[in-house]
Amino acid sequence: MGETKTTALNGKSVLKFISDHAIIFLIILLALFTWANSQNFMSKDNVGNLISNVAPRFIIACGVSGCLITKGTDLSAGRQVGLAACFAAMMQQTLDYSARVFDWMPDMHWVFALLISVAIMGCIGAVNGCVIAFLKVPPFIATLGMQTLVYGACQVITGNQPIGGFKQNYRDLASGNFFGERLLPYLLLPALLVGLFMWFLYNKTRHGKYMYAIGGNENAAQVAGVNVNASLIRIYILASVMYALAGFLIGSKAGGASTATGQGYELEAIAACTIGGVSVNGGVGRISGILVGVLVFEVLKICLQFLRFDPAYTFIAQGLVIIVAVALDLRKYLAKK
Amino acid sequence: MSEYRLEMHDVVKTFPGVKALDHAQLRLRPGTVHALMGENGAGKSTLMKCMFGIYHMDEGEVIYEGERVQIKGPLDALNRGIAMVHQELQPIPERSIGENIYVGRYPLKHFGPIKVIDHAKMYEDAAKVLKEVHLNYDPKAKLGSLSVSQMQLVEIAKAVSADCKVLILDEPTSSLTAAEVEALFTIVNELRAKGVCIVYISHKMDEILRISDEVTVMRDGQYIGTWNAKELTTDFIITKMVGRELTNLFPQRENVPGEVVFEVQDFTSINPKSFRHASFNVRKGEILGVAGLVGAQRTELMEGLFGLRSHTAGRITYKGRELKINQPKDAINNGIAMLTEDRRATGILGVLSIADNVSIASLNQYLMAGIMLNDSKIEQLVRDNVAKLSIKTPSSRTQIQSLSGGNQQKVLISRWLANDPDIFILDEPTRGIDVGAKYEIYCIIAELAKQGKSVIMISSEMSELIGMSDRVMVMCDGRVTGFIDGAEANQENIMALATQFE
Repeated sequence: MGETKTTALNGKSVLKFISDHAIIFLIILLALFTWANSQNFMSKDNVGNLISNVAPRFIIACGVSGCLITKGTDLSAGRQVGLAACFAAMMQQTLDYSARVFDWMPDMHWVFALLISVAIMGCIGAVNGCVIAFLKVPPFIATLGMQTLVYGACQVITGNQPIGGFKQNYRDLASGNFFGERLLPYLLLPALLVGLFMWFLYNKTRHGKYMYAIGGNENAAQVAGVNVNASLIRIYILASVMYALAGFLIGSKAGGASTATGQGYELEAIAACTIGGVSVNGGVGRISGILVGVLVFEVLKICLQFLRFDPAYTFIAQGLVIIVAVALDLRKYLAKK
Repeated sequence: MSEYRLEMHDVVKTFPGVKALDHAQLRLRPGTVHALMGENGAGKSTLMKCMFGIYHMDEGEVIYEGERVQIKGPLDALNRGIAMVHQELQPIPERSIGENIYVGRYPLKHFGPIKVIDHAKMYEDAAKVLKEVHLNYDPKAKLGSLSVSQMQLVEIAKAVSADCKVLILDEPTSSLTAAEVEALFTIVNELRAKGVCIVYISHKMDEILRISDEVTVMRDGQYIGTWNAKELTTDFIITKMVGRELTNLFPQRENVPGEVVFEVQDFTSINPKSFRHASFNVRKGEILGVAGLVGAQRTELMEGLFGLRSHTAGRITYKGRELKINQPKDAINNGIAMLTEDRRATGILGVLSIADNVSIASLNQYLMAGIMLNDSKIEQLVRDNVAKLSIKTPSSRTQIQSLSGGNQQKVLISRWLANDPDIFILDEPTRGIDVGAKYEIYCIIAELAKQGKSVIMISSEMSELIGMSDRVMVMCDGRVTGFIDGAEANQENIMALATQFE
């Protein structure tokens, strides 16, 4: 790697660097423009808010990245986040709240609520993984089915009622800050830990190597002795565990949860991964890239909000960013042919 | 009008980082078969793709029928009468043979103001074309119902149907049986008699010397020379291709076969049409060649032993201990390694680095504290292997897909060496590898046997089987039909066993 990077810093190489990372530069320019044209854009409140928005989305994107790297996908991500949020919410309502769903349940520390949500979502992930690994259902279809199924289950479990009345210490998890510093929301910590954990898993363990191998060439990986099915199941379980964690945090952040929580998050996560360089052809993707992908989206949203665009335009902008980013990314590979 | 139908002069084509063609040239006379030869990476396919308009050349000119032309793309080439059968087929298996022949240039009829495809005419024409090349297929049958070699012949029919004046055949016989090669040669001879000029790319020397009138040799993208085929010998061509004298095609083997270590008894596939009741053994330090025609189920048998295919009956023993193998992992844990036939489909992890490709099968050895991989130990392993097998790569982080076939194969061999297996199953270890690298692979195989490993080598190249094997096992139609001692093996006695149909 070191040898190939020693190309002289000339106009051409700078231009190539900029065009290879065009979306990121555009977003930085947009942010600078917004900063210059509005007040409070770089305020502690706003940046802290950005971090709080990025954190759960980054965790979801990390979860779905394993599926994408192995040429799969997980369309049930958003609904699983929603279900996890609802479960966590039902277990963290105050005892005296009149519409308490689990009215028989004793007071529970949030750690247990989190662990229970993780366990339940892990089971859903295992089902996804088994269907894909053993029944050979294409991941797109398998998780599309799971998306609908989880949505229905969530409606049944919550009785289609929004859940509120959370205990204060659960709410504080997402709204609190370290040292009372608004630039350091508590949400930074889980995102940081997940990022480090995933980086370690992807780069320093057998599981990571096997995952990239399966994405690179599933048949060749099998010949090399990789237990492809077991790896796939682990990947989908891990993905669901990430959704559970994200759902738990999103419930806390929103101060309420309903069947609508998490809707569409899977597409945002997949798009963020793709912008961050996770290849749709499998075998390629880095955690740092995923973080960049999520940041691109969130900075874009906040900028448009500050520039007082109608929220409807935000969607149009996001859609354009996805298409342009992937087109630019693919151009990098096509040029080599 | 010059004496040549098509001339290419001073063609230069540069890809990022490589000069694929460096003032290459080619001159084709009408009514001749012109062999284009060179090692892999010599630029043969690139030159042909320039002629066919898939690539645009940076410099140089094409003179076609006395006129300087610019070929804009494959469609333009076809319209001018230049057709190409690609090395890698691009079949549409779910559509009919007729549609595959006429895809992109369907015969049309007017249906009022709308143009629609004239299916009747298409199938009629397709039947005619198929007959012209002596193929007795129903043009309405799905292409997918044919075997790979039959599809290749259909591809040639497609080129013929374009009524071409120049036909490029890029490794047309790589998947054909001996009988099909004869059929192809009949077609080629007929086309030559009609005045078509044919560019023939192949690695098989005997074919080249038999079918071609002229031979052009390329090396490293450069034009080396053109000779009359009648005056050439295999050695001469190889010397020109490699650029140095190759004294031996095969290395001196110093292995001494010892006692029987690996035994297979009555091994039978779950698929009744595949291998059945196969029994054989391999000695310590022995190279067992496996011969057979396409369809003899040699690959299937070996993949069965390796756990890639299911079997219903049979016993595998290593040094008297019975092995239970249901998936590749079991085989690997029992000291078996396998280089598969199709390197790209089941061998390399294309987008991953050399380091990842080498270490993937032996990661358990580099664990620290049972979890974390020791990167420096892996790096050491890769460095050792790159040096030991002289793998040519810029760095261990290079993607394996950017290496040449021979170097990819060496990377795959190091993948298994890292596991220190006792039994190597090599399925067509030198397929698609150029002459120079082939010799290196043979040396590695000989060295493995010398170290006391048992090697099972499937090959479709007679010379390779005869030159490298201590013993040759022959298969026909799923059965083991006999064994021949390496010293006595020759083309005749191998073919006799290979055609022993029931």
